[in-house]
Amino acid sequence: MSAYIIRRLLYAIPILIGVNLITFALFFVVNSPDDMARMQLGDKRVTEEAVQGWKADHGYDRPLLYNADAAGLAKLTDTIFFQKSVKLFAFDFGTSDSGRDIGYDISQRMWPSLAIAIPVLLVGLAINISYALMIVFFRATYIDVGSVVLLVAMMSISGLFYIIGGQFLIGKLFHLVPISGYDTGLDATKFLILPVLVGVIGGIGTGTRLYRTFFLEEINRDYVRTARAKGLRERVVLFRHVLKNALIPILTGVVAVLPLLFMGALITESFFGIPGLGSYTIDAINRQDFAIVRAMVFLGSVLYILGLILTDISYTLVDPRVRLS
Amino acid sequence: MAIEVVMWAMRRLARSRRRHITETLQAAEAPRWVSQVPSRGRALALPAALAGVLLLAACGQPPWNNPYPASQAGEKILYGAFTERPNHMDPVRSYSSNEYAFIAQIYEPPLQYHFLKRPYTLVPLTAEAVPEPTYLDADGNPLPADTDPARIAVSEYLIRIRPGIRYQPHPAFAKDADGAYLYHHLSRAEIGRLNTLSDLPETGTRELTAEDYVCEIKRLAAPWLHSPIAGLMGEHILGFKAYSKRLNEAAPASVNGERPFFDLRQMDFPGAEVVGRYSYKVRIKGRYPQFVYWLAMPFFAPMPWEAEALTDQPGMAANNITLDWYPLGTGPFMLTENNPNMRMVLARNPNFHGETYPTEGMPGDRAAGLLADAGKPLPFVDRAIYSLEKESIPYWNKFLQGFYDTSGISSDAFDQAVRFNAAGEAGLTEDMKAKGIRLTTAVNASIWYMGFNMLDPVIGGDSERARLLRQAISIAVDFDEYISIFANGRGVQGQGPIPPGIFGHRDGEAGIDPYVFDWVNDHPQRKSIEDARALMVDAGYPGGRDPATGRPLSIYYEAMDAGPDGKAQLNWMRKQFSKLGIELIVRATDYNRFQEKIREGTGQVFMWGWNADYPDPENFFFLLYGPNRKIDGGENAANYQNPELDRLFEQMKDMPDGPARQAVIDRMTEIVRHDAPWSFGFYPESFSLSHQWIGNVKPNLMANNTLKYISLEPGIREQLRTAWNPPILWPVGVIVAVLAVGAVPAVVIARRRERSAAL
Repeated sequence: MSAYIIRRLLYAIPILIGVNLITFALFFVVNSPDDMARMQLGDKRVTEEAVQGWKADHGYDRPLLYNADAAGLAKLTDTIFFQKSVKLFAFDFGTSDSGRDIGYDISQRMWPSLAIAIPVLLVGLAINISYALMIVFFRATYIDVGSVVLLVAMMSISGLFYIIGGQFLIGKLFHLVPISGYDTGLDATKFLILPVLVGVIGGIGTGTRLYRTFFLEEINRDYVRTARAKGLRERVVLFRHVLKNALIPILTGVVAVLPLLFMGALITESFFGIPGLGSYTIDAINRQDFAIVRAMVFLGSVLYILGLILTDISYTLVDPRVRLS
Repeated sequence: MAIEVVMWAMRRLARSRRRHITETLQAAEAPRWVSQVPSRGRALALPAALAGVLLLAACGQPPWNNPYPASQAGEKILYGAFTERPNHMDPVRSYSSNEYAFIAQIYEPPLQYHFLKRPYTLVPLTAEAVPEPTYLDADGNPLPADTDPARIAVSEYLIRIRPGIRYQPHPAFAKDADGAYLYHHLSRAEIGRLNTLSDLPETGTRELTAEDYVCEIKRLAAPWLHSPIAGLMGEHILGFKAYSKRLNEAAPASVNGERPFFDLRQMDFPGAEVVGRYSYKVRIKGRYPQFVYWLAMPFFAPMPWEAEALTDQPGMAANNITLDWYPLGTGPFMLTENNPNMRMVLARNPNFHGETYPTEGMPGDRAAGLLADAGKPLPFVDRAIYSLEKESIPYWNKFLQGFYDTSGISSDAFDQAVRFNAAGEAGLTEDMKAKGIRLTTAVNASIWYMGFNMLDPVIGGDSERARLLRQAISIAVDFDEYISIFANGRGVQGQGPIPPGIFGHRDGEAGIDPYVFDWVNDHPQRKSIEDARALMVDAGYPGGRDPATGRPLSIYYEAMDAGPDGKAQLNWMRKQFSKLGIELIVRATDYNRFQEKIREGTGQVFMWGWNADYPDPENFFFLLYGPNRKIDGGENAANYQNPELDRLFEQMKDMPDGPARQAVIDRMTEIVRHDAPWSFGFYPESFSLSHQWIGNVKPNLMANNTLKYISLEPGIREQLRTAWNPPILWPVGVIVAVLAVGAVPAVVIARRRERSAAL
């Protein structure tokens, strides 16, 4: 397995270079270094001299990808792309274009993101699995049909609707929790209730339908028929046999998203005023702060690759038939 | 707070258990028909009882939805919000209103605007008086005040500051027993352990001196600090550009992106010179009467050398300890929490020198209660807590719940808050009045205009044909309609480049643009579209058709908002041009590309705005001054150039306010109206709301340091918050009931299935 993991990690390097290159190209198609300088210096009374000065100070006065004036390898290394990207591979994110240490900011802002993402994942998982099992238990009854209609309706509604609706009902009309905001430590609890609730409810439609499919697939297998033939109760068949086998695709799916929980939820964090990594990324895009955008995309890619590797490993753990080679 | 809620909930639960036990006992003694309630009814009774218990439990409790700790109840804290993270807190770099909202409460330039007087009047802040310039000729000899401006080589401003003003407590001033600075020579390891400024526990202070003001002016010239006004000051302050160059040569190079501390005191600057402990001189090239306005902006606030000695140590910037993050001033407040991703907190500066509320204002101010606090010491609030609120909906709802003391009005909430009467005057809706909310309106010192690129061969230039075309478009584009549709009526139609409240603006019939408006029934009325079409005929475009091609005249409109919100505006704009038969081709792009086109002078028609830096007509007419064209690096986006206007501008900018200056401005306005490089869109109007517990609210569009004047009654706020936010718990009971009712048939089916499986 070690050889497999090492090979996968080596495969990650060209992927990360490619992701970096695409991010770089996309960013600089929309924003030139001059635009970035003007964004940082402000709209009013900015002189060309000031723009050039800012670019020089921040290392944006080089060519983007290829330095024709340089000699030898410097043609590639004395460029914005190389200078700004190479340190990422050592996880040195450097400073943002406004002068902040990106690594420190990420370390501070990942906790609010996790404070929402982990409860949403765990509570959502518990509710979705329970609900899906219940639907399967009552399959071919009005509960099954009604639930599927409800789930399709729930998954068809925009996530924004849940957020605004949740804020309106629970925060504004019923005055049960603050509409938005955040605090540190235990004081954060009251601010997390609503976004977690909204996140869980918003995910029920998609999650439960998916898990229902997994369970239905299992329930028609031979071992289930055998279990029933042995006289086991339906409840026992479902919870002891079907659930255990259906957990394989569920868990591997969950493992894949685990690392990405750090990245935060863009819209949720923005609407609830949560200072997480999702809003960090959105703010950076709005402020044309390439250093942060690049760091967050890189981090997201690394975590995604890590998630895929963990998924592969988790397969071997939950299904002994699988071998990584 | 969370623990309190949990404890309280547990107590309530215990009480409800006792109540449940009592009810059970009562049920045992009840007549038989009571216990014969069907099982479904019993299932409903429990959630209903639960909801009832919860409802009772919620009565009289402090609001559950209070986003602030209970410990803050009753404190004199102003609660506000900010929607965008401030980029810069260093006064040398900061140049936007969302940054000034914080740093203007911390830094004190020598002058400020009077809070109540209109027109806007400069008064001393840390200075002893508003400085008057001394004029010198090329040989350094003094000249009389009424001398010919052409003879003036240098204007010298002597600024005397008041003694006894002290800085806020700050680690930069901390000293040991021997008088040596504690934190100016930290080791790499010590710096590596720092995360915030509060990791340096010891603080100190010292008296404000003239040298601190000079130090800040020198910082404006430091190229590595990228001050946005360095270019402008280079034009006006004596020797500024040369000093900037010398600084660049003398200062040590940056190491790993950090520039080591360079003591600016060691390099003299002819433009700013310390005269004594409490006085300094600023020397301006020629005449620049508007310079005093800059002395009321944070760019000219003091910066003690100790601040840079602390923050410019190697490693500090890498650990986020910079002057751009931790401001240091003498003002009434200091920034005690700078977490722009969550919250910014300003707290009373214990070393504040003291200032009193103004004792005089405008007629009507006393009746409005704005002089009730006259002569009382400032500031009135102990803290101001600003929370990040990116979205307008939660911001608005929290304001209505009493958790923000003031608010603007977003388009979404406008109809809920404001309604216009038959005379077009804005007032509050009944709901807002019932809450005791107050509305404050003010026409901003800004203009939103439609610009015509004067370099364009079709629409630009000084030919009669192009001029008539521009005038026709100015009539056709109905900005009154625009204000009504897209700004909720928050604006006044533009009649010239100078908005109301700025010297040079004329009201009434004398103030209308006669090329676009008529004066009808004591109101300006836009000329009819027939008048505009007649101008099109005179311009050689009958029916809007280009005689060269026989097709409708095509005009390109540069739009900076390509999003869905902007689409409606663009459609509206197309409709306005189509009134003349002109085909408007919209070139929608992002703001970067839009700016680039304007800088390069390749656009044709566009809309843009300008917020005044200071209340002087020069700050608007310079947008039309020829040498200031955008293609030459200036701010004249229309690239307009008229020799007479340029000559009058040079004359007007040096004149004192008075009839002579007004006459020059009138002539300049007439030239601009005639040439029509702009269609004078509208002057935006700001509407703001405040709760009844907030006092001393008067819009001051020039002053940014108004937090110190605001008063509040925390007792009223607490009462109203509690009354407005009772927790409503019956929906919880309803949900439980629905689930319980839904579970009954499910249980029945489940049992049936279990039985059938067993057979």
